[in-house]
Amino acid sequence: MKYQFDFGFLWDPDNDYVLEFLHGAWLTLQLAVLAIIGGFLLGTFLATLRTGRISWARRAVAVYVEIIRNTPLLVQTFWLFFGLAGAGYRIPAFVAAALAMSLNVAAYSSEIIRAGIESIPKGQIEAAQSLGLRPLRILRSIVLPPAIEKVMPALISQYVLLMLATSIMAQISVEELMAAASRITSETFRGFEIYIVVAAVYIALSILLRLALRGIGWLAFLRTRGLG
Amino acid sequence: MALTFNQLIFILQGTLWTIALAAIGFVGGGIIGLVIALMRVSRNRWVNGAAALYVQIVQGIPLPVLMFLAYFGLSLGGVNIPAVVAAGVSMTIFAAAFLGEIWRGSIQAVPRGQREAAESLGLSRWHTMADVILPQAVRLSIPPTVGFMVQIVKNTSYAVVIGFTELTQSGKIVNNVIFEPFLVFTIVGAIYFCLCSPLSRASRTLDARMRARGA
Repeated sequence: MKYQFDFGFLWDPDNDYVLEFLHGAWLTLQLAVLAIIGGFLLGTFLATLRTGRISWARRAVAVYVEIIRNTPLLVQTFWLFFGLAGAGYRIPAFVAAALAMSLNVAAYSSEIIRAGIESIPKGQIEAAQSLGLRPLRILRSIVLPPAIEKVMPALISQYVLLMLATSIMAQISVEELMAAASRITSETFRGFEIYIVVAAVYIALSILLRLALRGIGWLAFLRTRGLG
Repeated sequence: MALTFNQLIFILQGTLWTIALAAIGFVGGGIIGLVIALMRVSRNRWVNGAAALYVQIVQGIPLPVLMFLAYFGLSLGGVNIPAVVAAGVSMTIFAAAFLGEIWRGSIQAVPRGQREAAESLGLSRWHTMADVILPQAVRLSIPPTVGFMVQIVKNTSYAVVIGFTELTQSGKIVNNVIFEPFLVFTIVGAIYFCLCSPLSRASRTLDARMRARGA
């Protein structure tokens, strides 16, 4: 098989493809960060309900998690984006993508955080109660910090997978990295080389994101190590 | 416009392709994944490192990118290959990396004493692995493997990027005709749920049973 690899398009003076890749990567990162924040907050809330005392809320969260975890993100996104458009609500593709990903990753986060919450010894909560702390305060100060610290590695893995999953959002015309790649492919016909570049960018992004999230985790839980 | 019978049949055909693609991914990924897992527990630094690198790279690349790489890469010789081949190859590459890691974990979860006992009985390294470690590792690996099958089924949906008409794509095509997105994608989602939910539940039940047995 004779094939000449040609990465020349990268330094084509007439087209700034490097800039287009970088712009796409920037949007990918923005989308991932928004979805992580949204998914983490909603996931924590759902995990609280799932371990709480309201039985119908527990059941509702369980059903939500089952539905999200047993259907593909792409179908959820189509359902939300095309569905809302069909019902007359036109929302920008970027917003729909961020929303769909947040709703998706919230389900996964809630299951992970629930495991963390359930690992907190009952005595801790009883001690807080006997000190007269209110339920919300107990949740905020006694239960959630160590619970989340314990499951931080699992959350980070989940969020890196989420970042990789943003690559499907070009399907609803979000201008992220994959959309840039497909546009450049149609202009240069260098599909294989382009997706090698894209793969390298995603690998770099996943390393970067993993490091950043570890850094955030390290800063957030300084106190538990007696340093803050 | 309402969904016609023929359109429903079209979606069900897509479902069959989804199942077929998932099966290809599981079987192909299982074979290569086993090799990866064995390489990862090897004491040879190079063998181990090569497998670790494979896993790192594949897990750092989104599946849609793998699909494109397989699609463009396999047709470099100038022949156009059908999308199903590219999708099957990339599902295999993808599943192998994750199954390899799951099975490495299972092999390493077999208590150390088992290996030591086999060695002190004079079993060769091959027999230690094949007759002592692997049978126990297989038992441990069943719940997470069944759980990962859910991921395989769901991730076949990424084959839409190379235009393969599996379940999601067939739903999209039908929706482009009748424009009933909530209806169409609810049906599509429900079909995925019917495929995945039994696997999820089986994985949880098997896991609970294994824990109860104290393994």
